[in-house]
Amino acid sequence: MIGNFPFVVCMILIALGLWALLFRRNLIKLAIGITLIESGVNLFLVTLGYVRAGVAPIYTYAPPGAKMVLPTPQALTLTSIVIGLATTALMLAFAVVIYRHRGTLDARKIRELKG
Amino acid sequence: MTIGMHAPILAIAVPLLGAFALPVLAKVHRSLRDLWAIAVGAFTCAMVITVAVQAFTSGIQVYTLGAASPTDTIASGGFPIRIMLVVDGMSAFMGLISALVGLASLIYAFHFLKEEQGKTLAMTLFFLLWAGMLGMEYTGDMFNFFVFLEVTSIAACALVGYRTWESRPAEAAFKTMAMYTVGGLLVLLAIGILYGEHGALNLAYLSSRIAGSQLDKIALGLLLGGLLMKAGAVPAHMWAPDAYGEAPAQAAIVLVANTQASLYGLWRVLFTLFAGALSAPAVGWLVTSLGVLTLLVAVLMAVIQTDLGRLIAYGAVSQIGYMLLGVGVGLTVLSSRPDFGLVAMQGGIFHMMNDAATIGLLFLAAGVVKRAVGTRDLRALGGLGHDLKWTGGFFFLGAMALAGIPPLNGFASKLLIYESSFRLSPILTAIAVLGSILLLAVFARAFQGAFLGPRLREAKPASLSMLIAMGVLAAVILAMGLVPDFFVEHLVTPAAEALWRGRDLYLAAVLGG
Repeated sequence: MIGNFPFVVCMILIALGLWALLFRRNLIKLAIGITLIESGVNLFLVTLGYVRAGVAPIYTYAPPGAKMVLPTPQALTLTSIVIGLATTALMLAFAVVIYRHRGTLDARKIRELKG
Repeated sequence: MTIGMHAPILAIAVPLLGAFALPVLAKVHRSLRDLWAIAVGAFTCAMVITVAVQAFTSGIQVYTLGAASPTDTIASGGFPIRIMLVVDGMSAFMGLISALVGLASLIYAFHFLKEEQGKTLAMTLFFLLWAGMLGMEYTGDMFNFFVFLEVTSIAACALVGYRTWESRPAEAAFKTMAMYTVGGLLVLLAIGILYGEHGALNLAYLSSRIAGSQLDKIALGLLLGGLLMKAGAVPAHMWAPDAYGEAPAQAAIVLVANTQASLYGLWRVLFTLFAGALSAPAVGWLVTSLGVLTLLVAVLMAVIQTDLGRLIAYGAVSQIGYMLLGVGVGLTVLSSRPDFGLVAMQGGIFHMMNDAATIGLLFLAAGVVKRAVGTRDLRALGGLGHDLKWTGGFFFLGAMALAGIPPLNGFASKLLIYESSFRLSPILTAIAVLGSILLLAVFARAFQGAFLGPRLREAKPASLSMLIAMGVLAAVILAMGLVPDFFVEHLVTPAAEALWRGRDLYLAAVLGG
């Protein structure tokens, strides 16, 4: 019996990510915060498709009459992971460029654009 | 099996292919790359226009991917499982805006971008962004919508920050990327919740199932939050002036069109996905008040700007406020559907096209200024009108249209918003008029500061392709200002009706009967 426990874990991950975004000032830590939110959402998608005692949703290998987990959320999660990789890579690349120009990753000191 | 039948998917697939083939062709020869860019751009525009003509003349176009016949929407079992493109009046209208802005940006880019400053990369990213925008506007599937949303996020942020030899673009791009990604993840979480509750991702099918349960309301809140973050409405507007201000001119105007694609997503969610469950006017009031707040905050911020790019950027954010106000008024009175609700929707939607043309023209003119004298600081500029006669004229035209001076298009759409929001609450109209007056003051100062006065320095005149791009947008502004009735009747009204009363038609087109 795990009940709603996986959903609680997802929400904790998302909340942790949002906390990092709001209260951390290091650009790398902001990127980590966003990755945490992403992991939470991905875990949420996978959890949605879980069926207790289900098997992998491959018709040719499944024993007759077996329950299968839902395949769609897994496909969604794969897509979402790929997109997440691209966004994280881009954010880290921007962080590197900022560090090269300014010599710091502290968001409070990088304030050329304001007002 | 004619090409027109497959136009919706071709409008997305061709720029996508164009983007990835562009760097390869550039390795062969630059002129081959330019030829390819022109061909892909022209073909995409032709497809978008074909789709729009079909949608405006013969009703909603449904295109199903992976079916024996593209019109085969329902799989065995009476359940739409395939990915679909659904183009109704609103989608077709948004497609036309994206095509117009994309075309202007592409023409402008030819002489504006320099080879040694990543011209090939910028053009590649532009086509990627264009494909993503058209995908967002044509898709009829929630998850697909998320994927295209992220395609535009990644391409847009890369366009803002690809000039790594300067420090400011990277800062703007990091900020924008963080906001876009969080917004996108909120949307994905909402899609996950809707899938978990109703077991489908098809927009029309979900719409027929949503009844307003607690989970539906949570999903609506997440979708609203995520899409408003991407649209740059107050209080999540901080990224917008940075991104618009730091992006090169040809990219900034596509970013504005991309913002409108997010707004389109918001309209689709509110009027098609959740219209069956939204009976209370609370959401409408929320959108309306966010619109008023956005236009007021952005205009007040624009007053104190000294950088021409950031000044126009705040002007662009304020226009988002007018759109939210117009459509928000329509949403507030959606349950009783009085006539002024439709007028408000027409105003808000007409304003989207006006904004794309006027803000686009202003950004392009500011790009010419930056290229001519190397700065956009209004305290250092002056007297550019002596050398940049055409650019100065275009800037003046854009500024007057943005402020809503009568014979131009901004007046036509703002009048529709004023007269309808007045019926809901006169305070809304008062704030909207105040915003317009302040905008006029801001842009009169910007025009006077940059183009009038004695000649301070020699300015390099604009190249031919840049003038043509600005001329295209100026012609659209003049046409929409001189014969607004024609545009309202043939483009705006079908788009507004598609949201106002079109939900049943949308559902019937996909689910049958």
